Amino acid sequence: MITPNALTTSNPAAAVPTVAAGTRHKGELSLRRQILYQILLLAIAVTVLFPIAWVVSMSLDTTNARPTGLNLIPANPSFDAYRTVIAQPTQNPVSFVQLALNSLLLAAMISILSVTIGVLAAYAFSRMHFHGREFLMLAILAVLMLPAIATLAPLYVMLNKVVVGGFNLRDSLIGVALAVLAGQLPFAIWNMKGYLDTIPRELEEAATMDGASRLQAFIRIILPLSTPVIAVTAFFGFIAGWTEFYFSWQFLDHEQNFTLAMALNGMVGQYAGSTPWSSFAAFSILVALPVSVVYLFLQRYIISGLTIGGVKG
Amino acid sequence: MTAATAGVAGPPRRSFWRRSLNARTAYTFMLPALLVMAVITFYPLVYQIWMSFTDYGLRNLKATSPAPNYVGINNYIRILDNNIVIPNFDFLRVLTFNLFWAFTNVIIHVVLGVAIALLLNVKGLRFRRLYRAVYILPVVIPPIIVATVWRNMFDPQYGAINQLINSTVGVLFKLPPFTLDWLNKPDAVFSVYPLVLPLAYFALLAANTWLGWPLNSVVATGALQSIPADLYEAAEMDGAGAWMKFRVVTLPHLRPAMLPYAIYGFVITFNLFYLSYFMSGGGPFGQTELLVTTAYRLVNEQHLYGVAAAFAVFQFFILLALTLVTNKLGKATASYDA
Repeated sequence: MITPNALTTSNPAAAVPTVAAGTRHKGELSLRRQILYQILLLAIAVTVLFPIAWVVSMSLDTTNARPTGLNLIPANPSFDAYRTVIAQPTQNPVSFVQLALNSLLLAAMISILSVTIGVLAAYAFSRMHFHGREFLMLAILAVLMLPAIATLAPLYVMLNKVVVGGFNLRDSLIGVALAVLAGQLPFAIWNMKGYLDTIPRELEEAATMDGASRLQAFIRIILPLSTPVIAVTAFFGFIAGWTEFYFSWQFLDHEQNFTLAMALNGMVGQYAGSTPWSSFAAFSILVALPVSVVYLFLQRYIISGLTIGGVKG
Repeated sequence: MTAATAGVAGPPRRSFWRRSLNARTAYTFMLPALLVMAVITFYPLVYQIWMSFTDYGLRNLKATSPAPNYVGINNYIRILDNNIVIPNFDFLRVLTFNLFWAFTNVIIHVVLGVAIALLLNVKGLRFRRLYRAVYILPVVIPPIIVATVWRNMFDPQYGAINQLINSTVGVLFKLPPFTLDWLNKPDAVFSVYPLVLPLAYFALLAANTWLGWPLNSVVATGALQSIPADLYEAAEMDGAGAWMKFRVVTLPHLRPAMLPYAIYGFVITFNLFYLSYFMSGGGPFGQTELLVTTAYRLVNEQHLYGVAAAFAVFQFFILLALTLVTNKLGKATASYDA
């Protein structure tokens, strides 16, 4: 929606003046208005950037364990805080790499499973008619409405009873991934179905006329065309795993399974007594940066999906 | 089996759709999702209903432990009686606060989002793309990070908010150090039972406003750019002023895009776990606790799995009612102009 095209194409139209007597050219702002708007927009930009600037500067300022005054430009910036949290983020003897690998594993499992399982179901919902279709779609919608926490209690007691040898499914990243997937899969199906609905059926019809099977038509025609929505859905699954907190915090007992989000909890508020704030800041940035950067790149697809979904209701 | 949808497909498509009418193909595609969701989504939800009628607790956790006792609707009564061990729990107050929280947030998000989108859409404005690039930043930061960072920003001594006040207003008027404890100040700003709003509510509101308006602005921008320019020209020829153009042209075109998004935002905000849990910890005195954070504490802190199950059933019906009401409202206001 906010493509550069949309912006540049609006300019020539704006440049054509429709002069009415006594009024200025259409599409031009008076200097006073331009300045007024710029001040307003700058002020908004400052409020948006302030928390980000604060965290970034704090992560570079290692002179104090606690920031005693507002100082958005640190005197002697260094990456010491980043080195510290990468070496040992918390009191627990778990390395940053271990935490990051656990988060990555969780995120990858949720992302891959929700997309591969979800896209097949989304295709069936979008293209096929079968007994129980309406009922299943309603059931998925009902689950979408529920917060993930609503199934915390039953999933906890159920997964806790799956014990093989010394392995308890509840106390594992796989168990957490399953719990998150329970909420993520309905979202993935719904999100991808909405997009598949917009792909013309004629394309598959032509392919099946030429003798392709349903599966072949799906793989060769639908999948390549739905790359944007698959990427976005996979990314949402990834974020859900990467920033997952409440299931991991409830399920996991062993430190070697802990994730970045769980470590973050130990650096906030009442627990923050032992963590220098520069470490907290550096750690927050390290957790946020990978998903934030990818989000910026996928932004256009995410937002166009959002507006399509929005207009369609 | 094959005749299930004979009426749907038109004659030219029949040969194609006949092959796909084979329900077996459909179920093959559906099978992985059906299996997974049956086991980890739908079965737990049903199991939860059974749990809600038992005293499921810590001693029933192991595979070998005894089954919990049937307690009838006792768990539901305990919740409505505010008798669930969580200190300061008050069902009516939490529900009222939760509704008020979601409602105020969405109103602020939509109004700010639309206003800023309108501002950015003014013809001839400079640096438009730069502002858009900056304004998207809160959207891309994970909410758990936003919550933890804002928690520390509101720290009475070391947080950026009080330090900002000190280094501007404080220096200007030579005031003593400002150390207001935003998130824990005990006396409420507004208190007419069942609605109690402590200072922490406004701190949460500030953080969530920062987090929430930009995406609304993006959605509004998309809608604004789809309005044909000649509609404005026509309105101008009819002698419409700026306000009239906004009411007659802009608003009717914004509504179909913004309304479903506002409803979606309402449900998201209603269930927003991170800000309440990390910023205020539900405090002071549980006054900023939401239904989701209460549900979490029932499992995580109280280990009252049976009560938590009953609580989730309440949550389900509350959300169902909200969805039905918002959808009704959505339809009613949409047909108003159509």
